[in-house]
Amino acid sequence: MMNPFIEVDGVKTIFGERVVHDGLNLTINEGEIYGLLGPSGCGKTTLLREMVMLQEFSGGIIKVLGHDLNTIKHNEAQKLRQEWGVLFQAGALFSSLTLAQNIELPLKEYTNLSKKMIDEIVAFKINLVGLKSSDAILYPSQISGGMKKKAGLARALAMDPKLVFLDEPTSGLDPISARDFDDLILNLRELLGLTIIMVSHDLQSIYDTLDRVAIIDEKKIAYEGTLDNISSVKSKFIQTFFGDKFE
Amino acid sequence: MEPLLNISSFDDKLSFEFRGEFNLYTISSYEKQVLNVDFKFVKKVEVNLYKSKLFDTAAALFIEDLKKKMTSKGIKVDILCSNKDTLGTLKLVQNQNPHLLPIPKIEKQSFVYSVGKSAYSNYLGFISFMAFMGKLFATKMIYLKKLKNIRYKEIAFEINESAVRALGIVALTSFLIGLVVAYQSAFQLKIYGANIFIVDMLGISIFRELAPLITAIVIAGRSGSAFAAQIGAMKITQELDAMKTMGFDPYVFLVLPRIIALMIAMPILIFVSDMMGIIGGMVVSNISLHISVNMFLDRFGEVVAAKHFFVGIVKGPFFAFLIASIGIYRGMMVKDDTQSIGFNTTKSVVESIFAVIVCDAVFSIAFTNLGI
Repeated sequence: MMNPFIEVDGVKTIFGERVVHDGLNLTINEGEIYGLLGPSGCGKTTLLREMVMLQEFSGGIIKVLGHDLNTIKHNEAQKLRQEWGVLFQAGALFSSLTLAQNIELPLKEYTNLSKKMIDEIVAFKINLVGLKSSDAILYPSQISGGMKKKAGLARALAMDPKLVFLDEPTSGLDPISARDFDDLILNLRELLGLTIIMVSHDLQSIYDTLDRVAIIDEKKIAYEGTLDNISSVKSKFIQTFFGDKFE
Repeated sequence: MEPLLNISSFDDKLSFEFRGEFNLYTISSYEKQVLNVDFKFVKKVEVNLYKSKLFDTAAALFIEDLKKKMTSKGIKVDILCSNKDTLGTLKLVQNQNPHLLPIPKIEKQSFVYSVGKSAYSNYLGFISFMAFMGKLFATKMIYLKKLKNIRYKEIAFEINESAVRALGIVALTSFLIGLVVAYQSAFQLKIYGANIFIVDMLGISIFRELAPLITAIVIAGRSGSAFAAQIGAMKITQELDAMKTMGFDPYVFLVLPRIIALMIAMPILIFVSDMMGIIGGMVVSNISLHISVNMFLDRFGEVVAAKHFFVGIVKGPFFAFLIASIGIYRGMMVKDDTQSIGFNTTKSVVESIFAVIVCDAVFSIAFTNLGI
C-alpha cells in the first residue's frame, strides 16, 4: 500500500518575476485519493499541470510512477501518458468528435483491438461513469456540463490507467450531481483500484472522498496528511476554510 | 419627499438636517449645499438624520468624509440618528474605512519605455516563432521516418476541407481577375493596334504572378484564418492539453496534416487559377478585340513557354507552407481570453499575406537572376 506513485521534491515554479511555488515536497501513494487544496491562485492546478507534463517547472524533481520528469525520454514519456488519465475542468472533450469517438480515440491509436471490442469497451466505460449508451452519439456541444465531466472521466479511464488526475471535478455542478460524482469516484476506486489526485474547492467533496491532502499556502506545503488532525495546523487558510468543522 | 438640507446655526454650532432620500442619486445636491457653507466660526456640527430615508453606503461614505474633514479642522461632529439600518450602514463604513487603501493608478509610460517594450515583445514573438519552426522540424523528422506514421486520413480530410472546398472561390476570383486584366489592357493595346499581344501579356502575367498570388491570398483569408481560429478555440477549451496528456502530440495530429495538406493542394489550386484566369482573358479578347479562341490558343502555344507555368506552380508549396504555419502558429498563441482568438486570427491573415508577398519578391529576384 505504501508504494509511492508520485514524489514531488523541492519543486519551484517561477512565472516571470512571480514565484508560485518555493520548494514543494509531497508523496502520493498507491491507491490513495489525494487532494491538492489551497487558496485561489496558490498554484494547485499549476502543480497538477506540472505532474502531467503540460508545464515545466523551474527547479526540483517530480517523479511519476518512478520516472523523473526532468530527464524522461520521449518514448518513456509517451508510454507514461498511456498510464494516466486526466479530467480537465470543463471536460476538454474534442468538439469535432462524438462522445463515443472521444472515448475510443486512445484505444484506436494505441491498441490493435477489433472494432467490435472497442465498441464494447466504449459502451462499458460510458455506463461505468453513469451515462446512457444512447448519449454516445451526441457531440460535446449537445450535452450538459455534468455530462461533459462524466464523459471526460470516461475518456480518462479508456485505457484503464493506474493514475487519474482530476482538476476540480465537482466545480460547476449542482450539489446533487456533485455528490453523485463523489460517489462515482469512490466507487471507481473500489472497482478499478485507481490512484486519484484531485484539485478541489468543494468542502463536502473533500470530506467525502479524500484520504490525504496537501495544502499549498504561501508558496509552500502548509500541511500534508489526513484530514483528522488538520485542526492543529496554524495556517490562516486552514483556519478559515475548515474553521466551521472544528467547532 | 424632495431631498432637502436644512442648515441652521446657533452660536458656534451648525446643524445639518438631511430630509428625504439620502443615497447615490441625491448626494450631489446635498454636496453642493454643504460646500457653500462657511465653517469659519463653527466649533460643533450636528448631523441630523432623523428625517432621511433610503440611506445607503454612498451616503454613509459622504457623512464619513464630512466627519473627517470637520475633525481635521478641529470641529466636533455629532450624528443624530435613530434608524437601526442607517446606524448599521454608518457602522459598516466606519469599520471598513481605516483599512481602505486608495486604488493605485496605472502609471503612464514614457514614450521610450513603450517603444522599448514593444520592440522587446516583437523580438520575443520572433523567437517564439522560431521555436515553433524548430519544433515543427523536429516533429517532422521523428514522424516522417516511417511511412506508417503519416496520418493519411487527416491529410485527406484537410485537403478536402481547406482546398477542395476552396476551388469554387479560387476559380471565380481568378476568372474575374483574368477578365479585369484583359479588359484594361485590351483598351490600351487597341490604340496601338497590337491586339494579338494580349495573349503574351495574359499568359506570362497570369501564369507567373497573378494566379499564385491570388490563390495564396484567397487561401490565406479562407483556410489560414480557419486554422488559427480552430486551433485557438481548441486551446481555450483545453483540448490541446487533453491531447498532450493522452500522448497525442498536437504537432502530429493537428499541425503537420494541415501543413502537408495545404502544400499538396496549393499547386492544384494554382493550376485551376491559371486555367480560369486565361479563360477570363480569352472571353474579353474575343469580345473586345475579336480574337477567336483558335487564334488565341495558337498564339498562346507559340509565345508562352512552359517554364512560365512551372514557375507559378513551384511557388505553390512555399506559399502553402507559409500560410499554414503562420495560421497554426497564431492559433497556438491564443491565450485564455476571448479577445485573443479574434486578434490572432486577424494577425494570421495579415502576416501570411505579407509573408507570401515577401516570398514572391524573393522568387522574382531569384528567377530573374537565374534567367528563368
